[in-house]
Amino acid sequence: MIPAAFEYVAPASVEEALAALAEHGDDAKIIAGGQSLLPVLRMRLNAPEWVIDLGRIDSLRGVRDGGDHLAIGAMTTHHDVGQDPLVHEHALLVSKAITHLADAQVRHRGTFGGALAHADPAGDLGAPALALDATFVVQGPGGTREVAAADFFVDLFETAISDDEILVEVCLPKRAGWGASYEKFVRIAHQWPIVAVAATVRMEGDTIAEARIGLTNMGSTPVRARATEQMLAGQPATEEGVAAAAALAADGTTPPSDLNGDADYRRHLATVLTRRAVLAAAGRS
Amino acid sequence: MTRISLNVDGQQVADDVEPRMLLVQYLREKLGKTGTVVGCDTSSCGACTVHLDGRSVKSCNVLAVQADGSEVTTIEGLAGDDGQLHRVQEAFRECHGLQCGFCTPGMIMQTVDLLNENPSPSEEAIRLGLEGNLCRCTGYHNIVRAVQHAAGTTDATEGAPA
Repeated sequence: MIPAAFEYVAPASVEEALAALAEHGDDAKIIAGGQSLLPVLRMRLNAPEWVIDLGRIDSLRGVRDGGDHLAIGAMTTHHDVGQDPLVHEHALLVSKAITHLADAQVRHRGTFGGALAHADPAGDLGAPALALDATFVVQGPGGTREVAAADFFVDLFETAISDDEILVEVCLPKRAGWGASYEKFVRIAHQWPIVAVAATVRMEGDTIAEARIGLTNMGSTPVRARATEQMLAGQPATEEGVAAAAALAADGTTPPSDLNGDADYRRHLATVLTRRAVLAAAGRS
Repeated sequence: MTRISLNVDGQQVADDVEPRMLLVQYLREKLGKTGTVVGCDTSSCGACTVHLDGRSVKSCNVLAVQADGSEVTTIEGLAGDDGQLHRVQEAFRECHGLQCGFCTPGMIMQTVDLLNENPSPSEEAIRLGLEGNLCRCTGYHNIVRAVQHAAGTTDATEGAPA
């Protein structure tokens, strides 16, 4: 399968990319690593007239220490984010999720910003970004602006990035010492999750002082398991206590029904995976 | 058409290509490097795995124009100039890490990448490292054995059926 014909431009700077975007507007698609876009183009689910490739913009690559946060360039590959010692130290949940993301070849090409901007509700990075309260830096003709994770994911494959903007950086508040686990349930290796749970906790002795939990594929966007988080805060990390809190994980969610499982099955999975993820993050499994 | 110039298996090449041309198409149809095969054509099976600037990628999921200025190594560029097989190729032959052989170019290219990053992988690390490569014949046992053999972590005949 071969994509429909398109014109191609590979700008050397964000400004040039924004100019190309302004010129071609609705007829253009941005390609980052292309690991989601190219299958879409090959299956002819989309046929843009222009493809704007961000792959030549070196300033969009790399992980930077921003003081109280880490700034991850949007074009940093999953592999490079996953191997980064700063990410491992300050945002362990992201490192954990990346080990479950697709396969080695896709992680070498696919990018952190590209996957988040694609906003597939079954993507593995949305729930960790939401749980960690990431800030998304987008650049447009008028300069840059910051979007909180809670406002970034709007709907299925839809984000707060405007048509004339590009995601340039994702900032993660530093959370050194937090335990983390990403529990992903799949039918086939290296596939998208039926449901996945991203959990990170701050322990004080045997007590869970704070918990942050994001759910993957439990709605049209990633969602937080707020009721579970609240019930866990200040609780000892016991099997029973965590199970009771995890039983609330699917509260308020509207998961999809498809060939992999109906909504009730997904709600059940969310409670089971949340229990496992929290116990693992707390070092109890 | 867009002009691209890249190094493939040690040879500098340059061509005018349509932007929509996939890297695997370029390798096979323009350069005649049919050692790299198209399996699923949906970036699932990994049969088309090559190295792009030293890292494994699925060449059906990369545009040829994205590889402009890069260095590409295919299965055809692994052996030495004197025809001496790469140790991973040797290991797959030695351990019979294949049946029909269709997935083999991708398996070998991914194994080389895996061993570059982790020279002595555990069996679990091998299975995870080859997660993006599908084999529909072998059940993977001899493939895993071949990787272990190439890594020097096991003897070729160890555990093989008599």
